[in-house]
Amino acid sequence: MLEVVNLTARYGRAQILNGVTLTLAQHEVVALLGRNGAGKTTTMKCIMGLVEKKAGEIRYDGRSLMKLPPHMICRVGLGYVPEERRIFPDLTVEENLEVGRRPPRADAPEWTEDHLFELFPNLAERRRNLGKQLSGGEQQMLTIARTLMGNPRAVLLDEPSEGIAPVIVEQMAKVITELKNEGLSVLLSEQNLHFARAVSDRAIIIEKGALRFEGSFAELDDRPEISQQYLAV
Amino acid sequence: MGFYFAQLLTGLANASSLFLIACGLSIIFGVTRIVNFAHGSFYMVGAYLAYTLVTTLPAGIFGFWFSVIAAALIVGVVGLIIEVTILRRIYHAPELFQLVATFGVVLIFQDGVLAIWGAEDLLGPRAPGLDRAVRIMGEPIPEYDLALILIGPLVLAGIWLLFHRTRWGVLVRAATQDRDMVDALGVNQAWLFSGVFVLGAALAGLGGALQIPREAASLQMDLSVIGEAFVVVVIGGMGSVAGAFVAAVLISVLNAFAILIFPQISIVLPFVVMAVVLIVRPYGLFGKPGSEHGGAAEPEQPLRLMSSQGAMVLAALVFALALSPAVVSEFSSILLVDVMVATLFAVSLHFMMGLGGMVSFGHAAYFGVGAYAAAMTVSFLGFGMLPAMAAGPLAAAAAALFFGWFCVRLSGVYLAMLTLAAAQILWGVVFQWQDVTGGDDGILGVWPPEWASDDRVFFYVAFVACIGGIWLLRRVAHAPFGYGLRGIRDSELRAEALGMDVKLHQWMGFALAGAFAGLAGAVFAFSKGSVFPDALSIAQSVDGLMMVLLGGIHALAGPIFGAGVFVLIEDWVSRLDYWRFIFGAIILVVVLLAPDGVAGGVERLLRVLGLRRGDAA
Ligand SMILES: Nc1ncnc2c1ncn2[C@@H]1O[C@H](COP(=O)(O)OP(=O)(O)OP(=O)(O)O)[C@@H](O)[C@H]1O
Ligand SMILES: [Mg+2]
Repeated sequence: MLEVVNLTARYGRAQILNGVTLTLAQHEVVALLGRNGAGKTTTMKCIMGLVEKKAGEIRYDGRSLMKLPPHMICRVGLGYVPEERRIFPDLTVEENLEVGRRPPRADAPEWTEDHLFELFPNLAERRRNLGKQLSGGEQQMLTIARTLMGNPRAVLLDEPSEGIAPVIVEQMAKVITELKNEGLSVLLSEQNLHFARAVSDRAIIIEKGALRFEGSFAELDDRPEISQQYLAV
Repeated sequence: MGFYFAQLLTGLANASSLFLIACGLSIIFGVTRIVNFAHGSFYMVGAYLAYTLVTTLPAGIFGFWFSVIAAALIVGVVGLIIEVTILRRIYHAPELFQLVATFGVVLIFQDGVLAIWGAEDLLGPRAPGLDRAVRIMGEPIPEYDLALILIGPLVLAGIWLLFHRTRWGVLVRAATQDRDMVDALGVNQAWLFSGVFVLGAALAGLGGALQIPREAASLQMDLSVIGEAFVVVVIGGMGSVAGAFVAAVLISVLNAFAILIFPQISIVLPFVVMAVVLIVRPYGLFGKPGSEHGGAAEPEQPLRLMSSQGAMVLAALVFALALSPAVVSEFSSILLVDVMVATLFAVSLHFMMGLGGMVSFGHAAYFGVGAYAAAMTVSFLGFGMLPAMAAGPLAAAAAALFFGWFCVRLSGVYLAMLTLAAAQILWGVVFQWQDVTGGDDGILGVWPPEWASDDRVFFYVAFVACIGGIWLLRRVAHAPFGYGLRGIRDSELRAEALGMDVKLHQWMGFALAGAFAGLAGAVFAFSKGSVFPDALSIAQSVDGLMMVLLGGIHALAGPIFGAGVFVLIEDWVSRLDYWRFIFGAIILVVVLLAPDGVAGGVERLLRVLGLRRGDAA
């Protein structure tokens, strides 16, 4: 469904991605692993059209996304959940969700505000609070809920477990499993190997903007030197 | 008592008009980050359109209000056309470059309105049904003023509902907080921005249209209102509609009473209030520091140093300039002095803007102080030209040290606005203090002494002062002090971490830029033989800004190109009819063809022609 071939990207003079290749099939959860600064976020931003200087190929259902602006990429059915909880701080929870709302699509599950409040009960209680008044974990849930309001077919999820309490990480894992059960595909960027293993079907490891490993978690376990070298374990 | 109450009501009625203009400006800035100089033009066009509609349609209550609304809507459509054809193409240009484009629009509108409606002021009829005065506590109050007092809060409420109760409003507010995120959530911001621009323009048009029963529509309306509108926006906090309302009330009511006590203060009062508010609250009453994801996200480009080829071209130009009096006519050598003065002025402004990252909307203050100091040294103290030329930069440096101390505590547009306030306050003082500065009549008879009275000799005096000044500033730019300034511009935090005293460094940079602007002013005074308050006017500041931005803020050669092109084109077109229109159109063409300024455009042209190897960007 989503294919990235030999993607390169740079910020100014600094080359950040040196040929990332990955695929994401329907109903699949793929973990994109790598250390700090490996290029996970940059890969996702490139797919979403948020990095200007990029080359290579990004295809979605066979259609190239390379030249599309972010809002058109969103409209083909790709949802993006940024890292660092980029909610709209001065909008209420409900308004944050409203920004993400898009018409339902035939090929993806439809999410309503009520359904999302069931999935994230904490948010329901705080629906009239401003984004900046939420706790870190609540903000993280809000970014996910906001993206789901767009009824995506696939979601790019950037480090959902970063900097939040263990209880909430557990809740996050449930949510990802729920998304998969609903029929969504998820590309999950992670540094937390345990969390990634719990929710993903397979793993991709990048380092310095290039692909280092691709395969199942079992294969990864068979080659401990890989995790040693490219992941902080 | 009744009299004071009446005065209060007059103030509130004025506040409503001011609010209508200012809130549109604030909304546009909040969302698009464009400082829209053309906002006063929308106001003016609204007034003229309403005049035409009211006087053509059958008189009556319905006709009047229909005309007002229709005028506002037409101005909205005009705004849409400008946004779609011009501004939309340059959102990604360096910050403030859009300002140049809106200035081009101002010029075009000035001549457009002149061509359509003529030069005479047009006073509209009174508003039917509201054409009398009611007595409140014994004082006559125009009914129309009371209507205005109601309209202001009604519009405020309407805007609030629009922004909080409609999906469109929620999207707009989200876009002011994080543009990229809104884009990634599937919202096409191009149309969001257009909508905001249309709304802002229509509000300005409404403000102008509502003004016609109170004030004649005139060709000066645009620039006379824009300064005050900026002040209101800044005091309220840029992007805050409620803030604009509070600020409009504050300014108008203060003004209504201040003129009773001290009539002269009226023209500077708004700027004094703004200066005080900014010193106490650096982001205005209701403003917030700009969001990290709010502006155009691209990192500042590094400042380009000149290539050896460029330096050679420049050296050749200077050499040709030095020899020019031998070959060109006297008239041209006077024009070349103008070019040199403008170039030094622009280079000094670029020093603080491009190198120091401190944008100034009021650099003319130091140009003017330099010019006046030089003129007064001659006319009061009886000194000769050379001491006077030294006095100019010294006085300008002193003024820049004083105002700069406050300004460097702010950043971005707020800093720019405080420089504007400083310039307007100085302008007000010069304009009103008849006994010392001659007020409107200026200071005459500031001629060079006998030995330099020949235009060609004076050319060399100006040459040494201006080219010397430019050379010195460039030396400073390449010295550790200049690197320090650039370091601060690129990352204040990093510079601080390296142990630099950031504020002190910026303060000194500000003062240095002021001193050299003062030198330009001193040369200017002797080249014209006189000084008028215009030397400190907003127009003079804007000219400097245009030179720097048109030239290209990211190149050290930018202001040199910019000033040369600006003065020569202005000199050429100002002999034509409707020269503002032509000049404005030229500016727009440059803006659209070379969004990185003339220097960038020339460089790209060279690259296309294969004269220079570009880096792959
Ligand atoms: N806007 C930017 N300008 C310049 N360099 C950047 C920018 N954003 C990221 N980088 C650099 O690109 C590299 C990759 O960053 P990226 O954010 O993609 O890494 P990441 O794998 O997501 O790391 P983390 O796990 O810390 O989120 C880093 O070295 C980073 O410093
Ligand atoms: Mg990251």
